[in-house]
Amino acid sequence: MSVILDSKVPNGPVETKWQNQKFNMKLVNPSNKRKHTVIVVGTGLAGASAAATMGELGYKVKAFCVHQSPRRAHSVAAQGGINGAKNYQNDGDSIYRLFYDTVKGGDFRAREANVYRLAEASVSIIDQAVAQGVPLAREYGGLLANRSFGGAQVSRTFYARGQTGQQLLLGAYSAMMRQVDLGTVELHSRRELLDVVTVDGKARGIVVRNLNTGELESHEADVVVLATGGYSNVFYLSTNAMACAVTASWKAHKKGSYFANPCYTQIHPTCIPVHGENQSKLTLMSESLRNDGRIWISSKKGDKRLPQDIPENERDYFLERIYPSFGNLAPRDIASRQAKFRVDEGFGAMGETAVYLDFKDSIGRLGEDKIAERYGNLFQMYDKITGENPYKQPMRIFPAPHYTMGGLWVDYNLMSTVPGLFVAGEANFSDHGANRLGASALMQGLADGYFVLPYTVGDYIANTTLGAVKTTDDAFKNSENEVKTEIQKMMNIKGTRTVDSLHKELGLVMWEKCGMSRSKEGLAEAIEKIKKIRGTFWSDVRISGAANEINPELEKAGRVADFIELGELMCRDALTREESCGGHFREEHQIDGEAKRDDENFCHVAAWEWNGTAEKAQTRHKEELKFDNVKLATRSYK
Amino acid sequence: MESKQNINLKLKVWRQKNAQAKGEFVTYDAKDVSPDASFLEMLDAVNENLVIKGEEPIVFDHDCREGICGSCGFMINGNAHGPKKGTTICQLHMRQFSDGEELTLEPWRATAFPVMKDLMCDRSAFDRIIKSGGYISVNTGGARDANNILISKVNADEAFLSAMCIGCGACVASCKNASAALFTSAKISHLAYLPQGQVEQNQRALNMVAQMDAEGFGACTTTGACSAACPKEISLINIAKMNREFLRASITKKEEAGGGDLA
Repeated sequence: MSVILDSKVPNGPVETKWQNQKFNMKLVNPSNKRKHTVIVVGTGLAGASAAATMGELGYKVKAFCVHQSPRRAHSVAAQGGINGAKNYQNDGDSIYRLFYDTVKGGDFRAREANVYRLAEASVSIIDQAVAQGVPLAREYGGLLANRSFGGAQVSRTFYARGQTGQQLLLGAYSAMMRQVDLGTVELHSRRELLDVVTVDGKARGIVVRNLNTGELESHEADVVVLATGGYSNVFYLSTNAMACAVTASWKAHKKGSYFANPCYTQIHPTCIPVHGENQSKLTLMSESLRNDGRIWISSKKGDKRLPQDIPENERDYFLERIYPSFGNLAPRDIASRQAKFRVDEGFGAMGETAVYLDFKDSIGRLGEDKIAERYGNLFQMYDKITGENPYKQPMRIFPAPHYTMGGLWVDYNLMSTVPGLFVAGEANFSDHGANRLGASALMQGLADGYFVLPYTVGDYIANTTLGAVKTTDDAFKNSENEVKTEIQKMMNIKGTRTVDSLHKELGLVMWEKCGMSRSKEGLAEAIEKIKKIRGTFWSDVRISGAANEINPELEKAGRVADFIELGELMCRDALTREESCGGHFREEHQIDGEAKRDDENFCHVAAWEWNGTAEKAQTRHKEELKFDNVKLATRSYK
Repeated sequence: MESKQNINLKLKVWRQKNAQAKGEFVTYDAKDVSPDASFLEMLDAVNENLVIKGEEPIVFDHDCREGICGSCGFMINGNAHGPKKGTTICQLHMRQFSDGEELTLEPWRATAFPVMKDLMCDRSAFDRIIKSGGYISVNTGGARDANNILISKVNADEAFLSAMCIGCGACVASCKNASAALFTSAKISHLAYLPQGQVEQNQRALNMVAQMDAEGFGACTTTGACSAACPKEISLINIAKMNREFLRASITKKEEAGGGDLA
């Protein structure tokens, strides 16, 4: 039976919802806070900021990460920047405009109230980061600098050269390490979540595998927070780090958390193209490059000439041509799709799967020094990977899987459909709709961790009767046994296929059938293929080594098993959503290559409920979306 | 992307089952390697073959594979992160090598970085150094408007250059004394360049240096091997700044500094 989910968005005008909600929340007495344990899984921007802040408030926090050091979470790789509606540039920015841009950028598939709260928090995030010593870029007068990002016509992006993610993460990490020093946060590194434990229908703990020893450990708590990132690695090749996985979210899904909008994935327009069969990952070239770089292709089909030999009048600056008002700063979904169309039509750079990103004009206008100051490390990275010098010849770029807007369904308080299980950052689904605008992922992770969870987790604790649980209870023992059985099952297959080869096979199906463009036939075909891959995995996978030691093959196998199940759900979600919106492009639903939404039938979130086994398809539930402030309209960046 | 001919290499790799086991070098062939592959992609291919043959793959730490997370790192022919300046191993590409070369791969060697398995070692000592004071004590929520703190571009840029450290440990591995001075000083300098960081600068210098010593890292004799090997090219000047911070803090010390702990 399909149900309509209650988002628990408070009443009142969008501008005062969060303020009222905060006032109406029940508080936990300071001396009682230390009696409550909060588990935070993941130490990226959302997890580290949540752990630090709840530690500061006095909760007993246990933080978990798969890395040896919490500072290595994949937030570290975010390059370009973080939005903040400060209006420091006096160019007409406001909280409302950031809210408006984000709702529109998400193609009207995000929850208005969450987005407004995000825009409000953006201002405090910048203040908090600066207070922590995050070295954001400054002007000569000592004030903060800004740049522009896609989908906006104001300059509201704060940055630290091409390493904004690293610097913000070091801020959150150091705040968390301060709490570790003060004894409020207990750090458990090299632990991978393999189950969420529920008692009386509430999340009360987790089972993790110690990646150094292979031992399974149970940890109990009053609240469990997942901040475990996105699932772009379902495509095998993506800009995500190697350890990024859906595993934590997937285990929670199997324990009752609905998975929302899994088909909303972001294919980032500017990445270094695939270069060979052994490639293990794709590298992003920050969207900030589109401030000064112009995207073009030859206007002749199959043109094999070197870019420098193509005269100006034979170049097609297609984004500037099609979207004159946003030009090269069109949102990611649109920029990616146009690049794909040009390549599909046979206009790819030197006949290959790539388009040019050219800095010739801005180097001419500003000089090489200025460009080096803005993007030096990105140019260097491009040079290292390709052996080509982007100061002298245009970069060759192509879209690649990058970010996932879908994730575990959460209500306004960021709580999933399992009471006591909260989800933050990229792992939840709520704020970006069907397409995320640049420089808003860092913003969302930190908003959730610093400014939302510390309130809503307290409210849950204050309103809930939480009996004592121990890790020796049956619920924990049963979970541990299930995990142990599954690991043994995988190890015992001793087949012929390596984990990577199965992952690559899955990734190829996902990229071709559930990537930048999707069709009914393609998706139906993909579902059948993925079922076969699942069969092969569980009958023929080969994992070397043992389960009671450091074993990266076993770690990968568990993650790939979950990706296979997720892949099938993504295709089913994409198949059911008979419309195009943002990053979800159904070939059947378009007007001249632009996404054609169906607001009458699909203005809702799709949240899928696990039905006990991978053999049985999940049940689709809905959350209706209402747009009281930003009027539903066809997105136009022309 | 220039395409050259594929190459063949011999790899002499440190294999060690676990922290307690005695390790040894084992030789492997890396065949038909594309010059466009990264060093870790070359190792992936070697590992794929080992798995198929029923042997255990070579364990190495890695994650982002774009030179920013600081997970990867081992010695190639005695050079931390290999021969290319300012580059992590994951960003090192096989076009740097020629056909028939023999490469020796060894983990970081330092008392404070015990080997866990093969090329992977435990660098949690760095987290404990940060924990001892590598932060500004500010709780969430009380910050003033970001533009109320004016920071000259010069200082902001200097702070950024120090803050670029990715904590990979190449500095320790390259130092004959296994000193962590470059890592520790980069954090001390980053925060000391900023007005927000100056309130606690004395205590921070004392605590972080004490923790660095407690972890068993060696002393700095300013040979500069650390900075030369650093993939982020963190400057040796940070160490001079740390020494100055530490000296001033020691002279003007008013309260007792916390000692290091090995939690």
